[in-house]
Amino acid sequence: MSVDITDLSAWQQPETIMAALQHPQIAVVGMSSNELRASNFVGYYMHRNGYQVTPVNPREDEIYGLKSFAALQDVPTPIDVVDVFRDSSAVPEIAEAAVEIGAKYLWLQFGVISAEGIAIAEAGGVQCIVDKCIKIEHARYQGRMHWLGFNTERISAQRRKD
Amino acid sequence: MTVPPRFTGFHTRAVHAGASPDPQTGSRAMPIHQTTSYVFEDAESAAAYFNLQEYGNTYSRIMNPTVAAFEERVANLEGGVGAVAFASGLAAQNAALFTLLEPGDHVLASAALYGGSVTQFKHVLRKMSVELEFVDPDDHNAWRDGIKSNTKLCFAETIGNPSGCIFDIESVAEIAHAADIPLMIDNTFATPYLCQPLKYGADIVVHSATKFMGGHGTSIGGVVVESGEFDWSNGRFPVIAEPSPAYHGLKFHETFGTFGYLMKLRSETLRDLGACMSPFNAFMLAQGIETLPLRMRQHVSNALTIARHLQGCEAVTAVHYAGLEDSRYADLVAKYLPEGPGAVFCFDLAGGRQAGIRFIENLSLFSHLANVGDAKSLVIHPATTTHRQLNDTELAASGIGPGTIRVSIGIEDAQDLIADIDYALTQLTQSTS
Repeated sequence: MSVDITDLSAWQQPETIMAALQHPQIAVVGMSSNELRASNFVGYYMHRNGYQVTPVNPREDEIYGLKSFAALQDVPTPIDVVDVFRDSSAVPEIAEAAVEIGAKYLWLQFGVISAEGIAIAEAGGVQCIVDKCIKIEHARYQGRMHWLGFNTERISAQRRKD
Repeated sequence: MTVPPRFTGFHTRAVHAGASPDPQTGSRAMPIHQTTSYVFEDAESAAAYFNLQEYGNTYSRIMNPTVAAFEERVANLEGGVGAVAFASGLAAQNAALFTLLEPGDHVLASAALYGGSVTQFKHVLRKMSVELEFVDPDDHNAWRDGIKSNTKLCFAETIGNPSGCIFDIESVAEIAHAADIPLMIDNTFATPYLCQPLKYGADIVVHSATKFMGGHGTSIGGVVVESGEFDWSNGRFPVIAEPSPAYHGLKFHETFGTFGYLMKLRSETLRDLGACMSPFNAFMLAQGIETLPLRMRQHVSNALTIARHLQGCEAVTAVHYAGLEDSRYADLVAKYLPEGPGAVFCFDLAGGRQAGIRFIENLSLFSHLANVGDAKSLVIHPATTTHRQLNDTELAASGIGPGTIRVSIGIEDAQDLIADIDYALTQLTQSTS
């Protein structure tokens, strides 16, 4: 089971991204307690911005007071978005778990790309977002990325509800 | 499901990018946030901002909402991932270099650069113990052969100032990338309306926003844009990829991915060098950009008309405008600058230095000053002004002779500009006969 990943744009559509960000429960697979790691930055940022963040990492007990679980299947609460900070080779197994727990989205961070994982998730009814950072996309569409001169690509004469 | 439209036109983005209506007040125009600092919501937020865990305002030397709106507008028009603004074009360039260079590094730069850039490169880089080498911008082999094991950057201008040479961005980007180094382009003369260097593989774009971007000649400013696509973790740039001693061991590229270079440029270089853009200048420059496409069309149309006219004038021995049909750069213009190669060019007067001075003294619509890219037409005699610090060899390498006149054609009516030029040329002929 596989898909063609030469062009990732099908898994980077703004509509899918904005829809995924509407869901409050996020599991961060591979989240580290090291404050200098990207996974820590992202998990902390989403937590600060009102999401229910659940770290999934067998090597961690607790990060920012959030209990860490060894596997997605161990998380007792529902998960909407599975955000992945693991090697691409680990994705198929994570995709199977995402399907099993009834997640709505499998979000693969920068450089995490797995054709097999995408195919497993989609066959199980889980939408995929690939090679994108959930923190950046949140900051682009809902947050404050525009405060630091980044290109949000937002063109709108509507008043933001900040 | 019906998908809402995406607005992608250049004119639309020039007017809207970076400036949605203010969420607090509904102000439609871009508010000027004339403040030095920002009240934190709480202690945890303050810590998160300083740790860069959250996008937040701390101090206007590092970020400001009006400056950010200007930055986003430029980043959007250049097709970059973001931008950082500075007090001037040279401040922007200096910071862009400072962020990626270390003592012992080597920079390869076009020999046909703005005089101020030549001076900056020669003296600032020497003080940083960075080696510098100028190469003929048109000679691909010179770029390829010039890259050494410690080379960290290739640098050139889209349209050379003042020689008017057109740079083959795509070819030199390929040469640089084959050696794992980035290409930085000064796109001041083209503006993103005429050319977007990132589309052709350039990695970093710098601007003097003082020029065509503002257009009004009221405000000094500069900006750095990055594509976000260069792999700073390729082993050649530990200064960006490895833990930073200037930011408690943060690995900028790993932590911020495509934003890594710009985050370092802002949160370290701008923080430490301090040459920030003022909110008022950001407002003025962002206002200017709203009409950038309309102005640039008039600039290039006038420039071509006047260049053609000068070709027919007896006292003029050569017109160096790449938009002319017989230009050696015609193919590169067609590829990179199809709407026209800007509005700044040089021409040579037969009478040398004295003719140059006399020509300028007899103009009354062109303003004699050291700037380009104003809505008003400007003129200068490089040999006695902007390029005065260069010796004869360097002058010749920049394509300048003693009788060379540089003009920046404005958006007035072409016939009035031609009348002014014709009168000054007449005075020249009378004085020499």
